[in-house]
Amino acid sequence: MNNSAVNTTLLFITVLLVQVLVCNHINFLGYINPYVYILFIMLFPIRTNRTVIIILGFLLGLCVDFFSDSGGVHAAAAVTIAYIRPVLLKFSFGMIYEHQSIKFSNTELGNRLIYISLFTVIHHFVLFSLEVFNISKIILILQKTLFSSIFTIILCFMSTILFSKKRR
Amino acid sequence: MQQIINFVIRNKTFLLFLLLFGVSLALTIQSHSYHKSKFINSANFFTGGVYKQVNNIGQYFDLKSENQKLLEENNRLKSILFNRETDTLKSFYADSTMYSKRFKLTPAVVYKNSYSATNNYLTINKGKKDGIQQDFGVITSKGIIGIIDNTSNSYARVQSILNTNSRINAQLKKTSHIGSLRWDTKSPELAQLKDVSKFAPVAEGDTIVTGGQSTIFPKGIPIGTVNDFVLDIGGDTYTINVKLFNDMTNVGHVYIIEHLDREEIETLQNPVNE
Repeated sequence: MNNSAVNTTLLFITVLLVQVLVCNHINFLGYINPYVYILFIMLFPIRTNRTVIIILGFLLGLCVDFFSDSGGVHAAAAVTIAYIRPVLLKFSFGMIYEHQSIKFSNTELGNRLIYISLFTVIHHFVLFSLEVFNISKIILILQKTLFSSIFTIILCFMSTILFSKKRR
Repeated sequence: MQQIINFVIRNKTFLLFLLLFGVSLALTIQSHSYHKSKFINSANFFTGGVYKQVNNIGQYFDLKSENQKLLEENNRLKSILFNRETDTLKSFYADSTMYSKRFKLTPAVVYKNSYSATNNYLTINKGKKDGIQQDFGVITSKGIIGIIDNTSNSYARVQSILNTNSRINAQLKKTSHIGSLRWDTKSPELAQLKDVSKFAPVAEGDTIVTGGQSTIFPKGIPIGTVNDFVLDIGGDTYTINVKLFNDMTNVGHVYIIEHLDREEIETLQNPVNE
């Protein structure tokens, strides 16, 4: 096992436990929970194979589903964002992404915020559509998406700033 | 053939995505029907074990409120016991073998509870090896919680009344007009009693109890009080908003009810040679 595999496994477990043991029980104002586990998919090293990202995203979503008794909604949402990740990367970072030379720690804050926000909103929309599973309750879906997204974006943005490696 | 293989190789990411998305969609749809979500549930060895470890730490924090609940329940039971008109002394030594037994109760601890999703479940620390099976009722000292829908060896998953799939037979306490208790996902404090006949004399503050028509709960377990009610558009039935006695956001200890005559009743209701 090389170093990056160990790191990934550890990060996987940490993110999973933080999500199911802490974030699933916040219930701010009765029903608003952040879903910070998408950080794992968001910040996965850019140059890795897309297949790996999709499979890992599915596994992570499935594990969250196991803990929160939600069928397959997290798995579906996580697979979706893992699949469209390159598109979002290109949209938010533009040319730098084309050259395959970016690292999340030295991107601009604005770009990073756009990336995180788009990522989160898409994920939450898929998640809540499948969870409610009733198109006539679209208002409820959008409302849940909006409030949870705000919460998740704030937490994700803060943690990328807090845990990013120091620039030399 | 060559072309098919080429096509698969070229689109392998997209096909993988479709495959995994399909799998998760299937799991989602499956979870919407009762008794079918065998695979994804938190009552398995791994997740149950993790929740157990966390509960071992967390349970100390609400010891005080749990003690208070126990005290209240003891108080209520004692006051029933002491206010009986018949021979008090005899009832002190009442043994369970003296009655014909119809219900068996098992205490359990809640490891995981949720109330913010549209389909909520609880995980408890009793399972097959404690004799727990599907379709046993779960209550607290204050009122009902839900129905067991999945069991593993040492854990079980409870479909909470805060679940859009849940249907529980309930009635007005004073007149026995029955209805079916559901949840419309709006508030964890309110459940909806539907299909109550328009001839029922409903008033705000009336007590709603379980109906005893199903073979899951005994008759007369408290559910809640009438918060408000409307006549349905059809004009024949009421929909009643029931304010639950239980605080579903704070459930610690529960009792599992096993109806010992269930099989007998069910064979009577569904004769085999029809």
